[in-house]
Amino acid sequence: MYGKGLRSLSIATVVAVVAAFTLVFFYAPLEAEQGFLQKIFYVHVPLAIIALCGFVLGGLFAIAHLRTRDQRWDLRSYVVIHMSLIFALATLITGSIWAKGSWGHWWVWSEPTLVSFLIVFLLYATYQPLRFSIEDPERQARYASVFAITAGAFVPMNFIAVRLASQYLHPRVLGSTSNLPGPMALTFLVSLVAMALLFATLCKYELTAKSTRFKLRALRRRLAGEQAQRGARRRSAVPEPHSSPALSARVAGGGAST
Amino acid sequence: MAAVEVEGLARHYGEREALADVSLSLRRGQTLAVLGPNGAGKTTLLRILASLLRPHGGRVSVLERRLPEESWQLRGQVGLLAHEPMLYRSLSAQENLRFHARLHAVGQERITWLLERLSLSERAGEPVRSFSRGMVQRVAIARTVLHEPELLLLDEPYANLDPAALELVGPLIGAESRRTRVLCSHDPIGALREADVVLGLREGRVAVQGPAHEISVEQLEALYR
Amino acid sequence: MSAPATAATLPATEEAVTVVPLRRAVGALLRKDLLVELRTLESVPGMSLFALSTFVVFHFALNRNSVEGDLATGVLWVTLLFAALLGVNRLFVADAEEGGVDGFLLAPVDRTAMLLAKELTLLCYLVVLELVAVPAFALLLSVPFAHALPDLLLVLLLADLGVAVVGTLVAALAVQTRARDLLGPLLGLPLLVPIVIGAARASSPLLVASHAGTPAARWLAMLALYDLIFGLIAYAVFDFLLED
Repeated sequence: MYGKGLRSLSIATVVAVVAAFTLVFFYAPLEAEQGFLQKIFYVHVPLAIIALCGFVLGGLFAIAHLRTRDQRWDLRSYVVIHMSLIFALATLITGSIWAKGSWGHWWVWSEPTLVSFLIVFLLYATYQPLRFSIEDPERQARYASVFAITAGAFVPMNFIAVRLASQYLHPRVLGSTSNLPGPMALTFLVSLVAMALLFATLCKYELTAKSTRFKLRALRRRLAGEQAQRGARRRSAVPEPHSSPALSARVAGGGAST
Repeated sequence: MAAVEVEGLARHYGEREALADVSLSLRRGQTLAVLGPNGAGKTTLLRILASLLRPHGGRVSVLERRLPEESWQLRGQVGLLAHEPMLYRSLSAQENLRFHARLHAVGQERITWLLERLSLSERAGEPVRSFSRGMVQRVAIARTVLHEPELLLLDEPYANLDPAALELVGPLIGAESRRTRVLCSHDPIGALREADVVLGLREGRVAVQGPAHEISVEQLEALYR
Repeated sequence: MSAPATAATLPATEEAVTVVPLRRAVGALLRKDLLVELRTLESVPGMSLFALSTFVVFHFALNRNSVEGDLATGVLWVTLLFAALLGVNRLFVADAEEGGVDGFLLAPVDRTAMLLAKELTLLCYLVVLELVAVPAFALLLSVPFAHALPDLLLVLLLADLGVAVVGTLVAALAVQTRARDLLGPLLGLPLLVPIVIGAARASSPLLVASHAGTPAARWLAMLALYDLIFGLIAYAVFDFLLED
């Protein structure tokens, strides 16, 4: 069910990524202050934006799951959060590289976006431990959804709080996306689109793989179940061969109401 | 007048089927005995009827309320006696019952009456943790019938009870109480004696079913082999 | 006593059978929780002792006899936070292991009663904790804030509300897991960072000997906003944690 469209999506992603790379390296001008290092901006900021959207999307899918009780929403929520966590880690790493290049420190507390990301990352890193320490699958999905909704609402709150608390040592070149000159803006936009497509493709891959695996298991189970049922009928719980026909019919047929 | 109507009930636990294609019908005032080995689905069935678990398939209606849509209308009408006594060990019998009474808008007189009926008045003020298993079971039974429920769901209610205690609880949850009851048991002889209708489960499916007088003890014992 | 109404007289009404009003249900639950805590003394004494020990550890770790300003703020809020998490861990344990939430679920009460009651219980624990810890803090680490007490109390209250809401949610999530003692703090700490930010920034100008200021309104507003938002979220999602 998720498989169709995967190929065209992958192709679109490759095209977009190649286009973005080209623009970043050959088209976007070198920034006066930071030079070549600044180009990490075209990776770091789209990663950040997509990761944040992903977390919020995970919360929205979780709401759908709780309202419809359809396990497919839970699967979507899980995959999206999982992928966003990876993108968030990449955000932190690229941010750290940029910080080291710009200011000589691997980590800066003065950059509110980065700090907020650290907190959000620490929060969502507990998502999988939470899921996998609940054994009952239905409860696991439900609790995961509650977490996803709470955490999803937390993300904007957290950003506001950290932003308020930060002391600005440097102008926020890292995060500012406004007032970009033309060529930079275009490059940024293409990078953003490429990142979004990459995210969507990776999610689709994971959804397809998981969904296929579940379907396979369900089919195997049904096969085993049918075989077991045929076996069970042969060794029915009625020992007497001359039981009432109504009763044996009930036993064989799985029981109608009395 | 149907107290319980179940058709094609299914409930799964992840990939495992906890219950599959279970159907039964119980009229008011009747007793249904449910038997089967551990893991057969007896407790699951009981909890679904109590509206604590959602059915994953089929139709269930208890006291003419459809589950799960109308489960909130069932609150306060069902009494569940589970494996766990559901009592706070650091609180006394009186305090435990008082807590439940407040949640059901039941007065102190009912508590006092029950404590006396169950021979618990003397030690009602002591923490439950100091009680014997039989006494704990009696307090749990008091909790179950505190709010005079329409339907009793009893999971092995006579466990840990000596003959004297059995006599005490009989009028409250036994056959003499004349309430509608669903009773899970491991005792085929006792079950057949008390029940109007019998259901035998094995691996989540119905293996034996029918009016009690049509079922033999051997059929029920075969469930466990 | 025989069984009541027969089928013919059974009400088939549309409205919910909530015989017991919310206030009464919350009261019953709260009384039960406080009574259990009084008998077992599992949470509050431990939380308080932990706070006292932590102040001592800070004295040695920081190598100071007195703290003020940002340093005092840090010591106070870190200690309160971790002591609170101890209480959070135990919040639902008695219900999960002994009392059984099922008894509550079968009663004709709104399930929100459990959320409100637990939040109030945790709030009570926090108040008692602070009654012990804050004077001890002033004493052990010679922190000067007597003159700023009303403001500090306001900050404490707003922070406590937030911790109560988030703590209850996290406790309910963690109690059903295998690693409940670990997951509680792991979930709680990131979620409580905005509270730490707001409370610390708000109380920092208060913990100075001379020319103590007032907490900036924006931090108080942030705390209040956080309390409100998470209060609403908890209200919306809590039911899903209770059912099976």
